[in-house]
Amino acid sequence: MIAVRDHRDKAAFASLFDHFAPRLKGFVMRNGTSAAQAEEIVQDVMLTLWRKAHMFDPHRAQVSAWVYQIVRNRQIDVARKENRPMPEALKEEPEAEPDATQIVAIEQETGQLRAALAKLRPEQREVIEKAYLGELTHQEISTQTGLPLGTIKSRIRLGLQRLRHELKDLSE
Amino acid sequence: MPAITHHIPEPMMAAYAAGTLPNAFSLVVATQVSMSSEARAALQAHEAVGGIVLEDSGAVAVSDNMKSDLLSMLDDPVPTEPVYTRSGVYPAPVMEALKGREPRWKTLGMGVKQDILSEDEYGSVRLLYIPPEQAVPDHGHNGLEMTLVLQGSFSDETGRFGVGDVEVADETLEHTPIAGAGEPCICLAATDARLKFNAFVPRLLQPLFRI
Repeated sequence: MIAVRDHRDKAAFASLFDHFAPRLKGFVMRNGTSAAQAEEIVQDVMLTLWRKAHMFDPHRAQVSAWVYQIVRNRQIDVARKENRPMPEALKEEPEAEPDATQIVAIEQETGQLRAALAKLRPEQREVIEKAYLGELTHQEISTQTGLPLGTIKSRIRLGLQRLRHELKDLSE
Repeated sequence: MPAITHHIPEPMMAAYAAGTLPNAFSLVVATQVSMSSEARAALQAHEAVGGIVLEDSGAVAVSDNMKSDLLSMLDDPVPTEPVYTRSGVYPAPVMEALKGREPRWKTLGMGVKQDILSEDEYGSVRLLYIPPEQAVPDHGHNGLEMTLVLQGSFSDETGRFGVGDVEVADETLEHTPIAGAGEPCICLAATDARLKFNAFVPRLLQPLFRI
């Protein structure tokens, strides 16, 4: 992803495609979208990935989290014909050196989140997945995922704290 | 969900990340995330979970020619989109909802003013302007109300809310918010139903003010 962002490396983009395109297609088809329409969405998402690569910051998110946000936006555009209000982009700091410790910490944190999700009972995990696939309202998330959200909450909190400190540094 | 919070409750943040929150509330979330690194971190944690669900979704092979088609499109001209930036106390998502213009205040009486940004069957979102130390009419809610402070502050029966704080109130709360001293209080307020005013604005006038 960094090669795509910093060097506009098309070969690196091709590897990103090999990794994400089939997963994106699988993800989009989970809510009943046809294969043909799913491919259109995947194509749009991959093109956005290339065009908005400068917005990606590995200090704050893994590529998968960033891609998730892009694909949900695209799915909402297609379904509702309206744009979801999006937060302000953070100011970029072109001179900032990459901080390997922070990048590794984000990776580890995500790994721990994945492990916490894997430990859920299948029916709990299914509810969580439905929430993030966009199949539950906030009221349903509140009533149906109470327990699993509690289980992963401490993980989210840790990730949150780390991100928060990083973001404070960024804004100073 | 608790009746009152100063931050966005987790289920609402998760629903925003998943794109299932109604647009009126989504605007409040996007605006608070623009103002608060804590809210941004919370959102990113939810997006991380979404990313894991995406990674762990079964892969489905894509058409043979998709990759080459896409690679041939990389150098195509990029369509330009309008970019909105923060203006004064209004973060970029509010400026986008205002389509880049200044708020057009309509008076509600007693110096209280509003500008309705959008309204549909799922809810409405508006800017509210309350002069210092002025009370907003005592009101209850048919549904959920989210109020984010952009300037100044307000207090009600549940506490004080300053810049960046959000009050999430459900139908169990009847409150009388009062703006703090000093600057006028400017809020971004979203509801999924009409407010129920007890006095101040007679119920008959509600359709007129659309509140």
